[in-house]
Amino acid sequence: MRNAWIICRKELGSYFVSPIAYLLLTMFGLIFGFFFWNALAYFVIEGMEMQMRGQMFPMNLNEQIIRPLLSNVSVIGLFFIPMITMRLFAEEKRTGTIELLATSPLRDLEIIVGKWLAAMVLYSCLLLFTALNFAFLFKYGNPDWKPLAIGYLGLLLQAGALLAIGTFISTLTKNQIIAGAATFGVCLLLWVLEWVSGYETATWARVLSYLSVITHFESFARGVVDSKDAVFYVTVIFLGLFFTARSMESLRWRS
Amino acid sequence: MITVKELTKRYARTVAVDQISFEVAKGQIVGFLGPNGAGKTTTMRMLTCFLPPSAGTAKVAGFDVLEQPLEVKKRIGYLPESPPIYPEMETAEYLKFVGKLKGLSGGDLQKRVEYVCDRCAIADVKKKLLGKLSKGYRQRVGLAQAIIHNPDVLILDEPTAGLDPKQINETRELIKGLAGDHTIVLSTHILSEVEQTCEQVIIINKGKLVATDSVRNLQARARGAESVVVEIAGRSGRLEVPIVQHKLEQVSGVSRVLCRQQADRRAVFEVESQKGRLVRGDLARAVVQGGWDLNELRPAAMSLEEIFLQLTENESAEKDKTTAKEPQP
Repeated sequence: MRNAWIICRKELGSYFVSPIAYLLLTMFGLIFGFFFWNALAYFVIEGMEMQMRGQMFPMNLNEQIIRPLLSNVSVIGLFFIPMITMRLFAEEKRTGTIELLATSPLRDLEIIVGKWLAAMVLYSCLLLFTALNFAFLFKYGNPDWKPLAIGYLGLLLQAGALLAIGTFISTLTKNQIIAGAATFGVCLLLWVLEWVSGYETATWARVLSYLSVITHFESFARGVVDSKDAVFYVTVIFLGLFFTARSMESLRWRS
Repeated sequence: MITVKELTKRYARTVAVDQISFEVAKGQIVGFLGPNGAGKTTTMRMLTCFLPPSAGTAKVAGFDVLEQPLEVKKRIGYLPESPPIYPEMETAEYLKFVGKLKGLSGGDLQKRVEYVCDRCAIADVKKKLLGKLSKGYRQRVGLAQAIIHNPDVLILDEPTAGLDPKQINETRELIKGLAGDHTIVLSTHILSEVEQTCEQVIIINKGKLVATDSVRNLQARARGAESVVVEIAGRSGRLEVPIVQHKLEQVSGVSRVLCRQQADRRAVFEVESQKGRLVRGDLARAVVQGGWDLNELRPAAMSLEEIFLQLTENESAEKDKTTAKEPQP
């Protein structure tokens, strides 16, 4: 595990020495900030209207702001994940540094886990930005923190699954753009697969919508840990990393 | 230290390395020689466990590359054709990273980083980004990362490619200096490099082993008969080449005389003699008695270049001459 940590530190180094991390953080901060601002403005205006009409429906920060925003984050994440994973292996293959890693006394799995962990850490940094926004809710209101924490757990699991898929795709090519575009395509597909459940209830439609990463996030957004959904994400993480390992192995036999 | 038996690497359509066998003793510098595309890099990649062999075995320090790759990797330092550097890292940071990968830590790591920086003369660029270094520095950083864990075996793939003549010299000196502590295998298509740095040479062409021997033996072997180069000038007027040639042929022990070069007043002959016969004295006497001037008389050592061409051409003559690439001087 020490080796995986060395690789992880190195990957984080190259994320944060180059502009990649800062660019992603800025873009994510801006986009999420805009979503947050919108949700809050809508919430405030709705509250004022209710008061003017003399209605006193209970307003709920968790239900009206946090839950939809967490769902938004999970979708925004789909767009950022390819940018995080595309360079992981593709760049090493292009510059030849993969030879250094492959001829050092490391197991393939340690390299893969290290890289995936670094991607997870960078994604967590993005999530920290959202936490900054949510912190204002706690200052001026009193939302329940538990559903929020569970929401974050769901986001991390979902990102872990997609990052594992992205890592796998990055081993398939030397070209970062191909890796990024392919990962983006897969992420997008895994999102929209859920739509078939809107008009079709046959088994194939249920299978497709089950494969969608978004469906499994809904329970987390509500603040519920559904073991079925957690197992789905963990399975995808394992499968993704497993295929990455197989792909790295085949790289040796092919190249 | 390195034992290779019938090592073979097959790709879908081609055989890159075809049943190569050789051995390298501890502490030796071995030159791995062949034209571009001969299979040098592939062989080295198999030795470093980067590529698995299709058939045959390779053992490094007693460990099989397929069965105990981790043990082999611990004992090997490898410099690929282009140094495997991360442009966004600083030199010292990079060396520390590689050191950790190879299992060093703490004070040991610090000491080794200092040592290799000194040894490879890169101490002045420790704080510079690798991406900004010149080619010569990058190559030396590459060498530094290869020796950071003090490996038993060093495998260097074209360590002087793309350097300027001064840097080439420095790098060769550096490699020679490393020879005592490490067993070194270096690949190259530059023949003079092998002549200057290596004790032992392995020549491959089109994936096949052509020759493996010490540099000196190889020279002797290719020469076969002893031969001498004689330059003769006429004392007055034109030099009659046939007459001179006839005179030289009559010297006892001489088996063949060839005229290599011919000008108005001068001619250069290559005189081959039977093995073990010293004919130089008799040749000199014959020239003087004939009334000519003897300008030069030296043993004709065949350069590795000629040996190489001779060996690889013999190989390919049977098949196809046009595909044999001309080695660069």
